[in-house]
Amino acid sequence: MKKFMPIVVFAVLLAVPLFGLNSYIMHILILVLLWSVIGMAWNILGGYAGQVSFGHAAFFGFGAYTAGILYQHLGISAWWGLPASILVLTALSLVVGYICLRLRGAYFALATLALGEICRVSAENLVDFTRGNLGILIQERTWVEKTWYFYIILLIAAGAYLIIKVFMESKPGFYFIAIREDQDAAESLGINTTLYKTIALCLSGILTGIAGAFYMNYMGYIDPETVFHLYNISIVTVMVVMVGGAATYWGPVIGAVIMVFLAEIIRSLPHIGAAHQTIFGVILILIIMFLPNGIVGDYRKIPGLLGIKRLKKKAQP
Amino acid sequence: MSIMEIKNVSRQFGGLAALTDVSFHLREREILGLIGPNGAGKTTMFNVINGFYAPTRGEVSLNGRRISGLKPHAVCRLGIARTFQVVRPLQRMSVLENVMASAFIKTNRNARAEAIALEVLEFTGLHDDRNVLSKSLPLGKRKGLEIARALATFPEIILLDESFAGLNPTEINTQIEIVNRIRSERGITILIIEHHMRVIMSISDRIVVLNYGEKIAEGTPGEIGSDPAVIEAYLGEAHGA
Repeated sequence: MKKFMPIVVFAVLLAVPLFGLNSYIMHILILVLLWSVIGMAWNILGGYAGQVSFGHAAFFGFGAYTAGILYQHLGISAWWGLPASILVLTALSLVVGYICLRLRGAYFALATLALGEICRVSAENLVDFTRGNLGILIQERTWVEKTWYFYIILLIAAGAYLIIKVFMESKPGFYFIAIREDQDAAESLGINTTLYKTIALCLSGILTGIAGAFYMNYMGYIDPETVFHLYNISIVTVMVVMVGGAATYWGPVIGAVIMVFLAEIIRSLPHIGAAHQTIFGVILILIIMFLPNGIVGDYRKIPGLLGIKRLKKKAQP
Repeated sequence: MSIMEIKNVSRQFGGLAALTDVSFHLREREILGLIGPNGAGKTTMFNVINGFYAPTRGEVSLNGRRISGLKPHAVCRLGIARTFQVVRPLQRMSVLENVMASAFIKTNRNARAEAIALEVLEFTGLHDDRNVLSKSLPLGKRKGLEIARALATFPEIILLDESFAGLNPTEINTQIEIVNRIRSERGITILIIEHHMRVIMSISDRIVVLNYGEKIAEGTPGEIGSDPAVIEAYLGEAHGA
């Protein structure tokens, strides 16, 4: 049964546009899938390989700008940004990996944090290339309807899921986890830790970049403040995975569902303004305290935390 | 015939000389004990051999090829595996997965890695614990897991860093048997650090003694047991008076 879960979920999602849902709900579903992809991508590096990044906005923004700049300067469809971002993000990941992956733990996290900010400031100032704070606007959106955007991001998400599954169930997967658990022990057991950390970073960067390129096409407008945003992209990415469950296949997906819906609910509350970030902060603290492995990792604890366990026991004959 | 040569190796940490001009060699299929009081530089020696540290001076060579300066994973690929004094299992992986992670050194296929791992676990007596998460193993079995992981890389030489420390007498006897079988059944050469005198005297063919980073003696267990310099290092000068 568990084996067929991904297929069932995929089939249900394939059928979703046939229900004729309104465009707001389709928008939410597209955001959930988009965040699932970003979360799954982060999870490769941060969850499985244990290299926590606070700078995934760099990869996301690079993907978005790859698509935007192709459209802006070469006048070709921004959809070319999806394949193009594979090349661009591989190059970026190799450079970032060369510099940052020699750092460990908190130092790596800090370096990636700086990376995201460097990208944002650069994009704001390279006005001739990126149009700076004016941002890039796609004059004519490909489709008015959401259906095709939904199918495209669904395919990207399914692809990401498959790639991760194949990777994690073979040699690189064992190596990623070995590196997370003890880098020195892994190294002395013959694992080229630098090489495999770089592979994890490239894979993570490429998938995040593709999500960014999709975002450009879908939203039709990007500026540095949006796509390189420290909180809205980098930190939310970490939260999606932490809430859902790091180093699990479904954690990023569950995390994306919760974070997107929560954002919508909180946004619709009156009179709270910027305080919605406080609410996210509190949620993150609670999750880390009570469900350190996220919802997918610690789901067995949830009934106990809610006091349901006792009722269940009583119900048994 | 010697398969590993340690030639005039020194290693300094700032002003502290952890190893000074140490030379010895390892003969094929022997069990060489490395002993010395705390802080003598034994584990530093392992770290130099295995590539965690480059020697400040001198060099280590394996089958005539210089290996110092290589990274640990490269040294491991050339045939030197090690265990750690403070056991370092990959905690959130099962025992089997721990050993599979090592076994992938010779194969890219899961099935093959699993077969290698199961065989090694059988050999080290951990087969029944294969699905246990390694962080929940008791110390004795963790020490065994360290050895199993090292064996799964098909080493020519295995460096055992205090594989007997903290074990009870029964576990020690099992472990001695495993160490002996590593050599007799697998033909692997063993360099072993051990504080347990009974163990080291009974299993070693030869012993090298370090004190304050220098080699003070080398010989058979009989020779070492009666060497005045060794007795002085362990028991202090007063013994001779």
